Formats: sequence, structure tokens, C-alpha cells
Amino acid sequence: MNPTNYLYVSALLFTIGAIGVVVRRNAIVVFMCIELMLNAANLSFVTFARINGNLDGQVVAFFTMVVAACEVVVGLAIIVTIYRSRRSASVDDASLLKR
Amino acid sequence: MPESVLFWIMGPLAVVAAVGMLLVKKAVHSALLLAWVMVTLAIFYIAQGALFLGIVQVVVYTGAVMMLFLFILMLVGVDAADSLTETIRGLRPIAITAAIGFGGLMVSLISRATLGRESVGLDQVNAAGNVEGLAYLLFSTYVFPFEVVSALLITAAMGAMVLAHHQREVPRSSQRDLSEQRFRSGSLATAAGLPGPGVFARHNAVDVPALLPDGTAAPASISETLRTRGDMIDSAQFQLDQINTEVKDEK
Repeated sequence: MNPTNYLYVSALLFTIGAIGVVVRRNAIVVFMCIELMLNAANLSFVTFARINGNLDGQVVAFFTMVVAACEVVVGLAIIVTIYRSRRSASVDDASLLKR
Repeated sequence: MPESVLFWIMGPLAVVAAVGMLLVKKAVHSALLLAWVMVTLAIFYIAQGALFLGIVQVVVYTGAVMMLFLFILMLVGVDAADSLTETIRGLRPIAITAAIGFGGLMVSLISRATLGRESVGLDQVNAAGNVEGLAYLLFSTYVFPFEVVSALLITAAMGAMVLAHHQREVPRSSQRDLSEQRFRSGSLATAAGLPGPGVFARHNAVDVPALLPDGTAAPASISETLRTRGDMIDSAQFQLDQINTEVKDEK
């Protein structure tokens, strides 16, 4: 099978994740959509590693996973901190800079 | 051939689950759908010769990261942020138009780009084993990024601890302080504490509000979380006169 098909899936997943980041209001769901985008990029890396016949793409995908794990840890800690002070996990409520 | 069968089953399922993630109302359902997408991606990785990454995907993403998400959802609770109404007018059509533009661009780009040769495949580099190949690269070419990433992990752990640490500004009030506070607050209605949930001798579940002497339900008797979620059961059905109390004759 042509590995390019995986790239289409990756592009679609990335686009869906991007819509989610803009449209959804719950900070946790927004965060999950960011994870979806990172995963889509990883799928591209793995597919390109296969197309090009070397493992560098897989190593980069591995690093992306580590960075994503760090990002989740810090991001969720920030969400919990915001929730603790504002009693809300909605991204619309954290709008102090607007006023 | 088996790979294309796998792809044409799992690929659409992954995309459908991702779209569902945007459409479902509850964050928990979004998390479950995302976990499904991640499992699909793990299967794709394994199908593409990235055995190690497939396993890591299951362990790290569906195992650790999604677990963490569900954990935080449990802590933060279910609130109004779940609603799907748009607050900025016209945001949704603009976002969807932009996304269709972006996605169309990506798809047409991929369909038009040619490599000029056949895809090589990983049979040769995976000959000694995928894990061995990755380990060789990781500890030779990529050894410096590897060390940097380890520093990043430690920093992230420290950062999370700093953010989650909660310094108590006022000393914790003792039981005596709380009791005095209740009596001095003016109303003596809650001086003895809030009523407990459940209808005496009829139903003692936490989602059944207690009955007041006049037969009405006391919403203060159940947890606020259950009330906001709307998981409160009508306690009127457990009132004494509503229930058939005739004792059958046992012979």
C-alpha cells in the first residue's frame, strides 16, 4: 500500500485538532486537541521514516512524545492552578488581559 | 494487502473518532474518543515498522497521558465550560472555513507532491531489530538532544510540582473554630451541620435528598457536584404515603 495514505490521515487529524483548539471552550478539551495535533505530526514523521527508509523520523517522533508528555504535565498543572483561583475551566473566563 | 485492509478500516475510524471529539458535549467522552484515536495511531505505527513507537504510544499516551487527563477532569469536575454555544460571534463558521482551506491545501499538496521514487520501506534498517536501530541512533547521532530532553523532563516535573504546590495562607481552622463560626453566623438553621442525604429507612443513596418534616426535599443535603450535574433523584417517591406499605400475609 502507498504510505502516502497515512499522510492524508495525518493532515486530516491535524486539521480536526486545529478546529478543536479554536472552537471548543473547555480548557481540557482544547488541550486534548493540541495532543491530537502532536499525534498527527508524529504519524507524519513515522510515515516519512518509512518512505525514506531510515529511522531518523522515528527518533524525532520519539522526542516529540517526550516533549508532549512534559507539555501535558505542565499544562494540566496550569489548568488546575487556574481552576483553583477562578473555579472555572473555560478558556473564555481567563480574559483578564482583555479588560 | 493486509496493511491496506487495516488502513481502510482503522483510518476512517480514527478520523470519525477525531470529529466526534469535537462534537460530543462532555469532556470525558472527548477524552475516550481521543484515547481511541491514539490506539489507532499506535496500530498504524506498528503497521509501518515502528514497533517501539507503537508500544510507547500505547504506554505513554493512552496509558499515562490520557489517564492524567481523566484524573484532571475528575479534579476540575463537570461545569458549564462543557457547553458548545459559541461566545465569539461568527467564530465557528470562520474556524471551519479556515480549517477546510488548510486541510484542502494539505491534502492537495500531498497528492501533488511526488518523491520521484518508490517508498524505500524499513526492511533494511529494521533488519537488526527496530529497537536496536533506534537505540543506535539515539545514543550516537542524537545523544545530545537525548540529554537535553532528559533535562526537560526533570524541569517539567519540577514545574508541575511548583504549580501544584499550594501554600496555606491562613492556618487551617480547627473543628472548634468551625463550630463557633456556625453559631455566630446568625442563622441557627445549619448550626448542627447540614442534613445528610437519604430518606430515613427508605433510601440512603447519596443522590437522594433528605425530606424535610413538611415532606419537601432538602437540596442542601446532597453534594453540590451532584446537584450541578443534575444527578439528583426525586425523593418524593420514597415518601411513606407513596409506597405500598401493605404487608403481605406470609403463611
